[in-house]
Amino acid sequence: MELILIFFSAAIVNNFVLAYFLGICPFIGVSGKITSAFSMGMATTFVMTITAIVTWLIYHLLLVPFQLEFLQYVSFILVIASLVQFVEMFVKKVSQPLYRALGIFLPLITTNCAILGLALFMVLKDYSFIQGVVYGVGAGAGFTLAITVMAGIREELDLADVPKPFKGVPITLIVAGLLALAFMGFSGLISI
Amino acid sequence: MDATLLIAIATMGGLGFIFAGGLAIADKKLRVFEDPKIAQINELLPGANCGGCGYAGCYDFAVNVVSGKALVTGCPVGGEDCAHDIAGLMGVDAGASIKMLPRILCRGGNSEAVKKMVEYYGPLSCSAMAIVSGGEKQCYYGCLGGGDCVEACPFNAIVMNENGLPEVIEELCTGCGNCVKACPRNIIEMHPVDRQVFVFCKNQDDPKKAKEVCSVSCMGCGICARKSDGGVVMENNLAVINYAQFDPEKIPFDKCKTGAIGYIDQNEKIAIEIPIDESTSMEKN
Repeated sequence: MELILIFFSAAIVNNFVLAYFLGICPFIGVSGKITSAFSMGMATTFVMTITAIVTWLIYHLLLVPFQLEFLQYVSFILVIASLVQFVEMFVKKVSQPLYRALGIFLPLITTNCAILGLALFMVLKDYSFIQGVVYGVGAGAGFTLAITVMAGIREELDLADVPKPFKGVPITLIVAGLLALAFMGFSGLISI
Repeated sequence: MDATLLIAIATMGGLGFIFAGGLAIADKKLRVFEDPKIAQINELLPGANCGGCGYAGCYDFAVNVVSGKALVTGCPVGGEDCAHDIAGLMGVDAGASIKMLPRILCRGGNSEAVKKMVEYYGPLSCSAMAIVSGGEKQCYYGCLGGGDCVEACPFNAIVMNENGLPEVIEELCTGCGNCVKACPRNIIEMHPVDRQVFVFCKNQDDPKKAKEVCSVSCMGCGICARKSDGGVVMENNLAVINYAQFDPEKIPFDKCKTGAIGYIDQNEKIAIEIPIDESTSMEKN
């Protein structure tokens, strides 16, 4: 039960994008089309899950026993950078069109603060291993949900009669703000 | 304190080593075979990712050059040197990559085309003329003479001759196609360099009007079409060459009263001298 709560807490109530405002760069950048937005979400979810696993192991089996907690930032960034590199190779091997659609935003997962945020939150909340993994999956699912919803709205917006000064980025930012407001409705439902 | 420092260094070093090893193995296992030429061509390109070639960026252009979809001369920014290097790298498969040249399919210069009663005053630009009044000539299909193609050419390979018509200097032309896009009348077309016969007119008026507005227009009499076994077809009062089954031997060039169909003029010596003069005068300045 607690795991389910952690999952939904990370995915919806404390959504990384719409409640914590982490990872806005790909949220705006790759939300042009639903398919590539969903792929971006899946890639980020994958990186988040593996990051949760690896950083938990490193933190609890390496940094805590040697009292090296001050190295958490450096080592987490190292983990994330290597993982993203791996994911990039993997995507390039498996799907060339996806690789091209994600473009520069794939290596930019490295600097996606949502992922470093996940690793740091996990330490802060003192999760167990299983809890940490579920938290990672939940955060990834939340990111995927947010970016896919955003892409769906933007696809519809392309057909809408948007006033000229608001076309493009302005209306996108407005939509992002409204989405965040909507997600405010969930706040406080779960406090984990 | 020293111990912590050493442990910290060892830990981070070890982690870095493990990840580096993992990535090295992944690189071996997941390597996608790519034609090494793609990377080599990418290096030769300017790397500005401007999209001037019509592809998503320099890398995309390189991919398309290697797969044969793009011409080695397709990069308008790199210029001739770049095109030459790429051609050298691609082994200049002479058959596959025939040079494309722009052909100006209008010969109605100032002395051939009939002018309107009114004169055009305004910006000397084809796009402006096309919008405002259609220029000075009575023909609504021919060259406006504003020189937008000259402006558009990044290699100074187009000059206006004394007759008010643009001429392509083949030695300087890289086939980038910018002039084709610049022409509001669509009289510039890209053709392989070995095509020598063209219909030098785009006029779709009826025969009487076409004859009135220009002395070298295609009136649409269709004599070339009748003799050519499908090599020339008539479309909207205009002879259009079907290069797939075209045989210049069958065309009665001397029967064309206006000389609209014919061989491309190879004697462009006058036009070539002009940029040389310009460059020498530039040096003097």
